[in-house]
Parts: sequence; C-alpha cells; structure tokens
Amino acid sequence: MSFNYDFVKHRNLYFIISVLLTIVGIFFLLTAGLKLGIDFESGSRVNIQANETLTNEQVLADFEELGFEDATVVLAGEDNKQANVSFKGVLSKNEIAKLNTYFKEKYGETPSISTVTPTVGRELAQNALFAVLIASLGIIIYVAFRFEWSMAVAAVTALLHDAFMIIAIFSMFRIEVDLPFIAAVLTIVGYSINDTIVTFDRIRENMKLEKVKTQEKLAEIVNRSIHETLGRSINTVLTVIIAAVALLIFGADSIRNFSIALLIGLAFGAYSSIFIASQLWYVMKSRQMKSKKTRQVEAEPEI
Amino acid sequence: MVKRSKIVIFFVVLLMFAALIGLTTEKIVKETKLGLDLQGGFEVLYEVKPVKKGQKITQETLKSTVEALNSRINVLGVSEPEIQIEGNNRIRVQLAGVTDQNKARELLSTQAELTFRDVDDKVLLDGSDLEGNGAKQTFESQNNKPIVSLKLKDADKFAQVTEEVLKRQPQGENILVIWLDYEKGDSFKEEQKKELAGKKPKYISAPYVNEVLTQKDVTITGQFTAEEAQSLAKILNAGALPVKLDEVYSTSVGAKFGEKALNETIFAGFIGIAAIFLFMLIFYRVPGIIAVLTLTIYIWLILAIFYLMNGVLTLPGIAALILGVGMAVDANIITYERIKEELRSGKSVLSAFKAGNRRSFTTIFDANITTILAAAVLFAYGTSSVKGFALVLIISVLASFITAVFGTRLFLGLWVQSRMMDKKPGLFGVKESDIREL
Repeated sequence: MSFNYDFVKHRNLYFIISVLLTIVGIFFLLTAGLKLGIDFESGSRVNIQANETLTNEQVLADFEELGFEDATVVLAGEDNKQANVSFKGVLSKNEIAKLNTYFKEKYGETPSISTVTPTVGRELAQNALFAVLIASLGIIIYVAFRFEWSMAVAAVTALLHDAFMIIAIFSMFRIEVDLPFIAAVLTIVGYSINDTIVTFDRIRENMKLEKVKTQEKLAEIVNRSIHETLGRSINTVLTVIIAAVALLIFGADSIRNFSIALLIGLAFGAYSSIFIASQLWYVMKSRQMKSKKTRQVEAEPEI
Repeated sequence: MVKRSKIVIFFVVLLMFAALIGLTTEKIVKETKLGLDLQGGFEVLYEVKPVKKGQKITQETLKSTVEALNSRINVLGVSEPEIQIEGNNRIRVQLAGVTDQNKARELLSTQAELTFRDVDDKVLLDGSDLEGNGAKQTFESQNNKPIVSLKLKDADKFAQVTEEVLKRQPQGENILVIWLDYEKGDSFKEEQKKELAGKKPKYISAPYVNEVLTQKDVTITGQFTAEEAQSLAKILNAGALPVKLDEVYSTSVGAKFGEKALNETIFAGFIGIAAIFLFMLIFYRVPGIIAVLTLTIYIWLILAIFYLMNGVLTLPGIAALILGVGMAVDANIITYERIKEELRSGKSVLSAFKAGNRRSFTTIFDANITTILAAAVLFAYGTSSVKGFALVLIISVLASFITAVFGTRLFLGLWVQSRMMDKKPGLFGVKESDIREL
C-alpha cells in the first residue's frame, strides 16, 4: 500500500463516531423499539401464491369472508401474484385447515402459514441473547489464551459493537426482525471476530520482531499492521459482500432481511476491526506501558 | 530450467478431482434431503399437556408420545419425518413433502382415545379395554357400507356394559355412544340434536342396544367413507396418545413456495459465486485460478459431507453455503496476500511461496477457530432452521480450511516447483516496481 494514513492518530474520532451511533441506536431502540415479526410476537402470517394478479381489496375480502377482520395485506412478487397477510392472534389447527382449503381451491396453490404463541417467541430471543453472550465468553477465553487479555477485550467490544449496530439500524429503518435475522447477527459475531483476529495476528507478529518501548513505536506498529493487512481485509470483505448482495437481489423473499442484516454487519465488521478493535487495543496497551514505566521508575532508586 | 513433470502431476491430480466431482455430483444433488422450506411441508411445535389429573409429563411419557406420533406418520406414508423432544414438555414435528397438510395435522394431534359412553356421557369402556392392533376396516355384509371392527380384551365386560345400557329407563335411552376424543363439556344430548337436524355430530356413532352381547368382536357403523373408516382403524391401531398436544408454534410452506425459494436462492448462489470467481481471477492472476479450483472442490466437498451426514438442506443452509464460499475465499486471500508481501520484500517465488504458506497458517487457524466457536454456540442454542444454518457454517469453515490451506499448497506448489513462474511476480499480481531489493 503506497498511501500512508495514520489510523492511530485519529482514533478518538472513530470512538466518538461509534459512541454517537450507539447512543442514537439506544435512543431508537428505547423509543421506537424493534419491528418484531411474528416469530417473536404472538400472531399469524399467511403467504398466498396465486396464478392471477391480486389486489389488496380482493385479499381483504377473502379474509373477511373467512371471518378474519383486521388483517394487514402486503402484495409481492411478479405482477403482484403473491400476498403476505399478517394478523394478531394465533390460528387454530382447524382455522389453518380452513384457510388451506379455501385458498387452494380459489387460487390453485396451498398457502404458507405460520403461527407463534408469545412464549415461544420470547424464548427464541432469549436463547439468541444467551448464544451471543456465551459465544463472546468463549471468544474472550480463546483470544486471551492464544493472544493476550487486552486483545480479547478489544475484539469482543468490537464484536458486540457490530452486533448492536445491526439491531440499531433495523430499529431505525423499521425493518422486520425475524428468526433468520438472529442467525445473521450471530454469523456476524463469528465473522467480525475473524476480521479482528487477522489484524491482531499481524500486530502480534510485528510486536515480536521489535522491542516496543515508546508509545510512538506502538502507534507505528499498529499503523503498519493495519496497512499490511488492509489489502486482505478489503478484498475479503468485498468477496463476502458480493455473496451477500447476490442473496439480497436474487435470493428468496424469506431471506431478504437476513441478507440486509448480513450486509450491515459485514460493513461494520470491517470498519470495527480497523477503527475500533485495533485502536482500543492501542489505548489499553499504551496505558499498560505507562503504568509499567512508572513502576519501573519507582523501583529503580532501590537498586 | 522448467520441470515439466510437476505440471503433468498438476493436470493428473486436476483430472482426478474432475472425475470424482463429475461422477458423484448428480447423485449428491438428487439425493440430498431438502427441508420443508424448500419442498413444502409443515413444522409444528407441540406443548405436551397431561390428559388426566395428576398425570406427570416425564421424559418417558415424551418418548412414548414420540413413538405414537411415529406410528401415526407411518399411516400417512411420509418418509423421513423429524420428531424431536425439546426441553421438558415440547415435541417438534417436521414433515416435508406432505401432500395433504390438513389431514396430516389432524392425524398428528388427535388423541385417538376411543370411549364408549352412556347417554349421560359416563365412560363405560375406553382404549384400555381394546385389544392392541385389533382394529380393521371391513364392509357390512348386507349393504356394503364401510365399517370398523374392533376386538375387545374381555367379552364378559362387554356383556356387563350392554346389560347396563339395556336396563336404562325411560325407553329410548338404551344407547351406547362411541366417541373419538371426547372433550370435557361435550354432551351426547346436544350432539344428538345436531344429528337430528341433519348435521354431523361429534361422536362417531350411537347404536341402540337391544340385547346383552357377550362377545369380543364389536363393529362401529358410522357415517364413514371407506377411506375414513380405514384411517380410523389405522389410527386406533397406532394407539392413543398418552397426552394432549397443544400447538404453540407452527409453520407451513406450500410446495410452490418451496420450489420458488429453492430456484431463486440457487440462482443467487450462481451469480454470487461467479462474481467471486471473477474477482479472484482479476486480482490474483495465477493464484486466482488456483483459488477457483480449490473453491470448486470446496463447494463439492461441503455438499458431499452434508450428503454423507444425512443432513437436511434448508433455505438458511443454502445461504450459509453461499456465504461460506465468500468466507473460504478469505483463507485463500490471506495466503496470497502473504505471498505477495514476501515477493515485494524481494524473495524468490519459491521462498516467498514457502514463507507465505507458513506465516499465513496460524492466522487462518486462529481466525477459523473463533468462527467455529461462534457457529457451535449457534448450533447448540438455535432451533430448526437456525440449527441447519449453523451446521452448514461449521462444515463450511472446516472444509474451507482444508481446501484453502492444503489445496493451495498442493496445486500452487506444483506450479511453483515447476519453476515456470520463477522471476515472474506479475503472475501473482505483484508489480515489478513494488519489489524491494533484499
């Protein structure tokens, strides 16, 4: 890399940006919350596939005829041949049977129907939260063991930052949160750590080559390590983003939100390993060096 | 000096892989099981509740419930149902490729508890009085109406019961009512009014008893079609459920939806993978070609492992696979970038290749272990479709590690050792001007 950007110098700027984004995210989560899909809320969703173009009124009329009043209809697909209908309240087995028969007869295809009771949805979200915490703990232990404690803390902070950003952006733009969304967040947890580890690995290697005694030297090493791995970081994230964009554009409707979550997470993952994780580590490491130095100074007169 | 033998070995190994992939791919693609989100079907999460007061739901009860469900699904003729116990009181049933979803759901959760009651709904005989596997569908000899014949354990008990019914006063109450899944609050008298009004009552039939019957064979003459009678007989043979099942979560996918999702996602996969290949070729030249080879082997390897593990491929699973290609590229990129760096520092192609491989190994290892860690947690905590996703992710990471690290060493190694690439850093995408003198 021929250009020479000083990543460490502007670290406070990145911290401020991330802290601001986090505050905005918390604000949105507290005020607007998340738009929960029926995976997390009690309710039912019916996807209808027809051989003809559908209209809102027509589908609503169908549901009224079946005895369901306040249904929300969203048309989708080529020529609006699909309708996604959701309503509160859980359909019973008999009601599902009724819907299946009705729409099969009317439009020629059996619809897709999902129902969830509130307890199950809450458990899913809880399990996901547990999963992130346990994974974080596992990663801290592994990184502390293979690298060092301060890298583990920096890496996990960056990881939680990325996971939170996905949730915050989903809250800001009112994108529906469903079960695959959780899978996407957890994938980012695994992927973003991968990115950070590659940078830390280089820092570890460069630290071994030289004796680092001053903060300037430390900053130089962090900068050099980032520069050396930058080509890889950018190319890797590009290839994964290519895959995620292809899924977003051409993939099935039901994994659309999954792909959006992945894209957001990938972007933040690449950002955080360079601008957050490495910088955090620099801050922690230089504090360590300072306290060591003062200890040494105090100890010296006795010799 | 160019060693042609290495190039020959390269093409021989390549041909061997091509043959292996070519011969097995069709079988793998055709026989890999698809999840219900890709071929239609449904998934229900049941909460298991006690039928009788004081009954406790133990792991034993759950196991016997699963057995009963399994034998019922056999009645349906669905191959490979997935039935799992979750937690202390839940059972998850996944049926892919069911043609008649309504019937299947009804069949699964019905308790199939047959009871014989008097007109005041008092139980006279229940499922425990029936001989196991004794139900059969036959036809009435006189008018060829479909009926279900049962075998009782004890003829004397039936005599007692019929005598009791016969003695009932006033006249016209000498009826033995046969119920399937009598629910608290159901009343024969209410249902009888319905029948008189020409509607279908909830009980199966209500024959008059005109004499004391001392026999083991009982026939039920309801208003069945032959098919209904047959499925009643089968379900009685499959056995009553020891518990009550409440649906707490269910999702069903129409066959057309599944097919559409499969096609769209596979198309997305082709586009994504093709774009990644193109990117690698432009950016890394000769190593890029090697990357395309190892990635192709990687995709085949994942599908093969998945097939051998008898895994069920779901929509998130395919997404994980496509994403996995993106991640697998990472291991290649780490290695190639490292080789490029070594070349820029002035090393020869051979020693840059060796140093690049060695130094990138720990990086790839540590990065992959942490991803596997996260995926393993996902697998342990996820439910159905998330679990499928996590499994594919774990396999992807392992397979990418093997193909990227060892595939690159083998394939690129042969080219490097042939010495054809000596003094040509451009083949690795390194500019001559960037190379420092040693």
